[in-house]
Amino acid sequence: MAELRKETSQEMGLHDEQLKGRTQKKFFSIDESENLTYFHSFDVDTSKSATIDALDMTPREINREIRELMEKGIGDITVDNPMSRHGVGVGILNRLNLTFSDSLGYFGCGLIDGPNVHIKGRVGWSCAENMMAGTVVIDKNAGSTFGAAIRGGDLVCKGSVGARTGIDQKGGTIIVGGKTGAFSGFMMQRGRMIVLGDAGMNLGDSMYDGTIYVGGEVEELGVDCVQADMTELDVRYLTEKLALYGMKTPRGVEKMQKHVSGKMLWNYANLEPNEKKLIL
Amino acid sequence: MSKNEETFVVGADGLDTDREQMIGQHIGYRYDVNLVPDLKFITPFLQKYIEKMGWKDLNWLEDIHMGYEGDQAAVFDRNINGWVTIPDNIKLPNNQQERDMIARELLVKFQMSENHPMVDLNNAYRKF
Repeated sequence: MAELRKETSQEMGLHDEQLKGRTQKKFFSIDESENLTYFHSFDVDTSKSATIDALDMTPREINREIRELMEKGIGDITVDNPMSRHGVGVGILNRLNLTFSDSLGYFGCGLIDGPNVHIKGRVGWSCAENMMAGTVVIDKNAGSTFGAAIRGGDLVCKGSVGARTGIDQKGGTIIVGGKTGAFSGFMMQRGRMIVLGDAGMNLGDSMYDGTIYVGGEVEELGVDCVQADMTELDVRYLTEKLALYGMKTPRGVEKMQKHVSGKMLWNYANLEPNEKKLIL
Repeated sequence: MSKNEETFVVGADGLDTDREQMIGQHIGYRYDVNLVPDLKFITPFLQKYIEKMGWKDLNWLEDIHMGYEGDQAAVFDRNINGWVTIPDNIKLPNNQQERDMIARELLVKFQMSENHPMVDLNNAYRKF
């Protein structure tokens, strides 16, 4: 096996940082500032707008152009002719109003933290994957693994979505106006999923925590997903949340079904083989 | 922390659940992660923050709750993967919704501070 010589690793820049140990104790005063955005984010003005014609641009060029416009302080950007390109609108860690005038391909708007995105079309697989904060609203349908591993923010699809919606969801709110496919909420750990239409088989399979509200019919619940009682706070929350996006459930919010984790899989690794059989 | 506050934060069973005894430490996130927020308790600072961001509700802060680390109330900061303890001089109300709002405000102030560890990381590793 080839050895990594010291000189080579230095050339690769692996010795630049000073390692000072793992524990950090940072102090700050709660009154020190009234800053409302990340310290390293661009100071944008949402009253300044710009349009990008993406007809002949690569995804990388589109993303770079969005970034350069933010650097100039533009806070309202419209991308025309996105042509269903993949990986567009990703990695935006800034407040921003971003509009796509048509459909996006795979992995659109992934890894974002803060922007308000409106997509006037459809999206492919894994839209808003690992989203941290902000809002993403899609006017039409979405593909599979919609909002995979989302950690925060509101992800809204006004149409129907494919399978494994919100797989590994760790926070945030996913709202689906139509139907959702099989294994929605698979391995969900936290957050809320609101499906106004029907849900496919194995809803909430192996979910650890979180809440799934369904307005239509559920084909089948997954392992350790159980029905729970709606509370007055749930009803008020759903009413307010859906009103933000102009959405309604046909039978009314009070008639929605609430699903949570049965918590039989908690500490799963510590269970005896016989106990595992009982659960599964 | 008073007995009432301890019961409120960690539940009636206290800190010594079987699971905690087995792993030898307190599970810091023992609070109701499914509790939906009650917006009537929102603080003026949080209201200003969500208006600045162009949101109409708490957005990602819906998932922020007052937790407990060691023997102090704390809020978990996902950006540093660690707990931020609540200063002793802040009196915590006996209502989870109000406590959660305090946790959210503190977390936002910490994350937006120039003393946040992410600022150092950003300076050290930012590529463009």
